[in-house]
Amino acid sequence: MRALLTVIGKELKENFRDRRTLLSALLFGPLFGPFMFAVLIGLLLDKAVTEVDQKVELAVSGSTHAPNLMRFLEQHDVAITHLEVDAAGARAAIRSGTHRLVLLVPEDFPNAFARSVPAPVQVFSDGSDNRTGKYASRVRQLLAGYSAQIGASRLLARGLNPGVAQPIAVDDVDVSTPAGRALLVLGMMTYFILFAMLMGGLYLAIDATAGERERGSLESLLTLPVRRETLIYGKILATCCYMLLSLAITLAAFTVSLRFVPLEELGMSANFDALVAVRVLLVVAPFVLLGAGLMTVVASFTRTYKEAQSYLTVVLLIPTLPIIFAGLYSLRPTNALMAVPSLSQHLLMTSLLRDEPLQDIHIAVSAGMTLLAGVVLAWLAGRLYRREAILG
Amino acid sequence: MIELRGISKSFGAVQAVRDVSFTAHDGRITGLLGPNGAGKSTTLRVLATLLAPERGVGQVDGHDLAAEPLAVRRSLGVLPHSSGLYPNLTGRENIVYYGRLQGLDAAALAQRAEELTVLLEMQEFVDRRAKGFSQGQRLKIAIARALVHAPRNVVLDEPTNGLDVMATRALRDLLRRLRNEGHCVLFSSHVMQEVATLCDEVVIIAHGIVVAHGTPEEIRARSGSETLEDAFVAAIGTGEGLQ
Repeated sequence: MRALLTVIGKELKENFRDRRTLLSALLFGPLFGPFMFAVLIGLLLDKAVTEVDQKVELAVSGSTHAPNLMRFLEQHDVAITHLEVDAAGARAAIRSGTHRLVLLVPEDFPNAFARSVPAPVQVFSDGSDNRTGKYASRVRQLLAGYSAQIGASRLLARGLNPGVAQPIAVDDVDVSTPAGRALLVLGMMTYFILFAMLMGGLYLAIDATAGERERGSLESLLTLPVRRETLIYGKILATCCYMLLSLAITLAAFTVSLRFVPLEELGMSANFDALVAVRVLLVVAPFVLLGAGLMTVVASFTRTYKEAQSYLTVVLLIPTLPIIFAGLYSLRPTNALMAVPSLSQHLLMTSLLRDEPLQDIHIAVSAGMTLLAGVVLAWLAGRLYRREAILG
Repeated sequence: MIELRGISKSFGAVQAVRDVSFTAHDGRITGLLGPNGAGKSTTLRVLATLLAPERGVGQVDGHDLAAEPLAVRRSLGVLPHSSGLYPNLTGRENIVYYGRLQGLDAAALAQRAEELTVLLEMQEFVDRRAKGFSQGQRLKIAIARALVHAPRNVVLDEPTNGLDVMATRALRDLLRRLRNEGHCVLFSSHVMQEVATLCDEVVIIAHGIVVAHGTPEEIRARSGSETLEDAFVAAIGTGEGLQ
C-alpha cells in the first residue's frame, strides 16, 4: 500500500513538472472542446438565423409575361432582379456565379395560362451547391403553392370543390422535443468530454510505461523489492487522477462556455448547470479506470515514446466509435446497451443534457460493466509487466 | 554473499547463459569478466530476479532466487546496464523515490540521502532536475539510488562504461570503500585492466560458460601465462572482444 502511494505520488509530481503533459492534460484537452463547441454552435445559429430572415434572390427572365406570379413571389420574401436571357444564358449565369437562381418565364406563358393548360416555367440552379439548394427548394415550394392556389380558383370558377383535386391530405406531425432535436450537437459534446478525459491521461500513461523503458529507468525500478503489479497499478491510478482532473476541468469549461451560447434558438434546452456537470462527472467517472487501463496495456507493447504515441492516438478513437453508432441508429438507453462502455456513458450523458430522468438500473449497469472492464484491463497490464520481455 | 549454481538461460533459439556458477564473498570485490555477448548482463539479471533461469539455483545472503525474490531484491543494490533517471525529478528526489520503495521511513531516508550526497560528492547538483545532468552526474545519482537502503550486496553491470578518467577513479574508490566496509561487491566488465586493478576475485565468462575463476594471481599462474591478459585470452580461447 505504501509502495502504491509512493508510485502514484511520484508519477503525479513528475508529470506535473512536464510541460507537455500538463498542457495536454489540463489545458488543450479540456479547454479546446468547450471552446470549439461554443464557436461551432455560434456559427450554426448565425447561419440558421440569417437564412430564415434573408430574402431569396431570384433572377427572372421574362417577368413581364407573368406579373401576378411576380407579385406573389415578392409577397413571399423573394427579391426579384429582372434580366433577359435564354436557357443557355441562364445556364451560363449560374455557372459563372453571377446569379444563384434563375427563373425563366417563356413567351407563351400568358397564352398557355389563359387557355388553362400547364404553363411552363424553368428554374435553373446548381444542385451541388449546399446554400443554393435551400433557396431553390423554397422557390419551388412557392411556385407549387401559387400553382395550387390558381388551380383551386379555377375549379371554384367551374363550380367544383377544389378538394376533388387533392385526394390525400398530409398532416406532418413533428414529435421531437426541443432538446431532442439537438441530438447531433449533443453527440458532439459527449465526444469532446470523453476525448478530453482520455487526453488527460495520455502522456502519463505513455511516460509511465514506454517512456520509462526508453529512458532506461525501468530495469532499475524492477530490481526494487516491490511487486511489479504494485508498480503498474500505481501508474494506472496516477493516470486515473490526471484523467479525472481533466474531466472536471472540461465540464467546468462547458458550464461556462455554454452560458454564452443561445442554445434555445437551436430548439435545445440549455440544461448544463453545475448540478448537471457534477452528475455528468459521476456518470463518466467509471470510464476513467477503463481508459487508463486500456492506454497502459497498449503502451506496454511499445518500445519508445513515439511508438506509444502513434498507437494511442488510434486507441483514443475506439471509445468514440459507439457514439457514432448511437447517432446513426438513434439508440435509446436500454439495459443491454448500458453494458457497453463508452456507449452507456454517452447515452447517460445525453439523457442528462436533455433533462430526461435516469433509471437507477441503467446507472448501475453502466458503472458496473465499465468498472469490470477497467479492472480486467488493469489486471492484464499487471500480467504484461510480469513478462520478461518487458525489459526489452 | 552471492552464490549461483549451474545457471542457464536462453531467449528463443539463443542460449545466452549455458552454465554459470560462482560465489562472491562479503568483503571482496568480484569481477565478472568477459567479451561482449558472453552472458554477463543476463547472469546479473538472473541474479536480480529480473529473469527466471531455466536451470540452476542461486542465493543472496541465504535467500533463494526463485522462492524469495523480494528478500533477494531487498538484500541487493543493483546498478543495471541502463540506469536512467527521472528527468523531471531532482537528483535527491530520484534517490528518495527509491528509498521509499525500499521501505525506508522519511527521517532515516533524508539522513541517508544526505550521507550519500556527501559520500559521492554530489552537493553541487543533487537538488537540480536530472534533465541536464552529465553522464558522470547521472551515474553518481544512479549509484546513490542503488545504495540508498545500505544493501549488503552491491551488483553493478558495466558501471564504468562511458565515464571519464576522474569519474572512473571515483567509482573505483567507492567500490574499494564498500569492500572495506564488508560489503559483497560484484561487477561486470569487458575491460581487462579495470578488473585487474580492482578485483580480489575474477570470474571469466565466455559463450555463457565460466571458463576460469579465482584471484587474478591464481588465474595467471594456472594458465601459465605472463599476464592476466594472456591468461584471459587463453581462457576464452580467442582474442575476441578484448580492449
